[in-house]
Amino acid sequence: MSGPSVIFSVLLLGSGGFLVSCGWARIIEARGTRMHSRSHYYGWWTFLIVVIPSLVFFIFWSICTNLYLENKASSSCHTTAGDMAQSCSVLVKMAHDLAHKLVLDDHFRNSQEDHDAVLQNILGKRKILFSLDNKEHIVSIAIEWAQRIKKFHMIGTIITFVLAILSCFVGIFSVSPERRSRNRVECVTVFWLMLASSIVILITVGIVLSMLFQTISFFQSVSLANFFFGTVWDPRFSAVDSEEVVGQFGLIPLLAGTLYIAFIAMLFAIPVGLFSAIYLAEYTVPWLRGIIKPLLEILAGIPTIVYGFFALAVLGPFLHDLSIFLASGHAFIMAQSALTAGLVMGIMLVPFVSSLSDDIITAVPRSLRDGSFGLGATQSETIWRVILPAAFPGIVASLLLTASRAIGETMIVVLAAGVVARLTINPFEAMTTITVKIVNQLTGDFEFNSPQTLVAFALGMTLLVLTLLMNIVALYVVRKYREQYE
Amino acid sequence: MNPRLKIKMCGSNVKVFYAQKEILHGIHLDIPENRVTALIGPSGCGKSTFLRCLNRMNDTIEGARVTGQILLDEEDIYDPSVDVVELRSRVGMVFQKPNPFPKSIYENVAYGPRIHGLAKSRVDLDEIIEQSLLKAGLFHEVKDRLHDAGTSLSGGQQQRLCIARAIAVRPEVILMDEPCSALDPIATARIEELIDDLRRNYTITIVTHSMQQAARVSQFTAMFHMGNLVEVGTTKTIFTSPGEQRTQDYITGRFG
Repeated sequence: MSGPSVIFSVLLLGSGGFLVSCGWARIIEARGTRMHSRSHYYGWWTFLIVVIPSLVFFIFWSICTNLYLENKASSSCHTTAGDMAQSCSVLVKMAHDLAHKLVLDDHFRNSQEDHDAVLQNILGKRKILFSLDNKEHIVSIAIEWAQRIKKFHMIGTIITFVLAILSCFVGIFSVSPERRSRNRVECVTVFWLMLASSIVILITVGIVLSMLFQTISFFQSVSLANFFFGTVWDPRFSAVDSEEVVGQFGLIPLLAGTLYIAFIAMLFAIPVGLFSAIYLAEYTVPWLRGIIKPLLEILAGIPTIVYGFFALAVLGPFLHDLSIFLASGHAFIMAQSALTAGLVMGIMLVPFVSSLSDDIITAVPRSLRDGSFGLGATQSETIWRVILPAAFPGIVASLLLTASRAIGETMIVVLAAGVVARLTINPFEAMTTITVKIVNQLTGDFEFNSPQTLVAFALGMTLLVLTLLMNIVALYVVRKYREQYE
Repeated sequence: MNPRLKIKMCGSNVKVFYAQKEILHGIHLDIPENRVTALIGPSGCGKSTFLRCLNRMNDTIEGARVTGQILLDEEDIYDPSVDVVELRSRVGMVFQKPNPFPKSIYENVAYGPRIHGLAKSRVDLDEIIEQSLLKAGLFHEVKDRLHDAGTSLSGGQQQRLCIARAIAVRPEVILMDEPCSALDPIATARIEELIDDLRRNYTITIVTHSMQQAARVSQFTAMFHMGNLVEVGTTKTIFTSPGEQRTQDYITGRFG
């Protein structure tokens, strides 16, 4: 019985338990006894105790047996392969693949003898190029492995069903007027919700940890000072073979490029976004607002690669030509430049700024507006002196959120600002950002544990810390100034 | 009404529409100078709407339309030539719920004088603020913490701050829309005393749900019902011998 069918059967059994418990509760109720809970809660309770423990056990069992068998196979591989330890992991991987293919094969499942023939048959059928002559012992390991998988799976399935059936009976027989099924189902619901939110946290922790370990191994080959204070980015793609040369991994040009481009973007996005938010929130008539706001939100949904394309095909050449025209022949704006990337990124960010700020401005209580108008203030006086100060913490928070997006943006930069890591303050030249280099390093033809690849994790970690700091500042600002409001 | 009293504001045939619905059906009401006029009536009778007509606060509500005539010192405030902003500085307003701005106490009061350019210097401004807070009976409670947030005050203090803020603009008329409905009895008593003091310098119109409050603070009372002005007269007359059965029923608590 395969895994999915076990799960399906358990769910089926649970549904059966649901119906029986539900019906049983109804019968008791029909006899005139007042039940503590509505009948479907008894059903749900049975369903939950059938499904949850047995499935949790089944999944746990599968994971554990897998780990155990892998461990066993690798130890037997070590004893047969002797001191060829490093090739052992490859052998185990092969045995693993073979074993899992064997398990799925009908002949192997049905016949107990003549595994070699079966194996040859499978390999032929699946067109796997695998010379059995040299690696005789892998086959024996794989066969043994496959047999164990079968055995453990069988045991696991039996225990799962026993558990499910027992729980089903427990659930059905516990249906009684005093039973507080409604409260119990509530508890389980709370537990699920808690699980869902803790999964998010666990995944975050996992991401950070995985990056952290790779970062640490990167810093074993490149010193902290060289990374954080180095002004040259040159990871030496060509010199992979030479052991002593690891290239220079200076963060400064990338960090500067990231912040510079984000700065240009914010310089464009803040005024435009904020003013359009004020216009939307304070001056528009409802029907016009009903058109502009959805339009802005559509703009926010455009994939960033499309913006990058716009920068590459339209804005970059336009600025280039404009500079030729302005400086009569001398193109001081490159086709790929920090300015182009910043402007296009700014365009991308406008809807975020304006939509978030618009929500915040509209959330300022009407009473404050009335108070100001009642004192004879004009609309713009009210906006600048009352509404914006009241909305200030929220607006700052939204701007910082937007800035985090600007820092994390990749596609626009690749297309609009190029991939050259250059340390300059001239916005008309090509520059690049941390995110672009992460993509560059990870898509290169390097060994996974070379510093050229590992640097991506250090860069990612830097980016993470940077955005984290910005979010902390945003939270701080909101907390500090919120009390004045309300 | 006593012919010796000067009429500060005079509404004639005032009608208000929200969208197409007529809320007020032609109100004729005079507001005498340096007196407190109370507008009473059950919820939804249009008394707050009428009050908001007096400084054109209804203009800020989407879809509201006012017809008829309201005179302030013989001048029609709905005339197209009238500057709404200037009108509102002459006819101040205090709202139901205290609504101090998210600024310091000082800045709250300084807001009006600043936007209208009433103070020539910093000293001038300080003087206006002290006087306004004094008149609102709040100065002695807050003089040591003028730069604390206005929202850090208690509800009653916040409402007096709002009154000080309105006074600081030097209005001629102060409109109060149930100024005590969010306050406890002690804070209410303070505001009522204050209203009585302010009457000497300002013309006050107050909307209230409390019969006792109307009887305590006002000299004239206007009774509204279903968008109509039922009856208007001196507070004494209205409360002792009302001419209309509906007024009688309302003030004795038979409906509303």
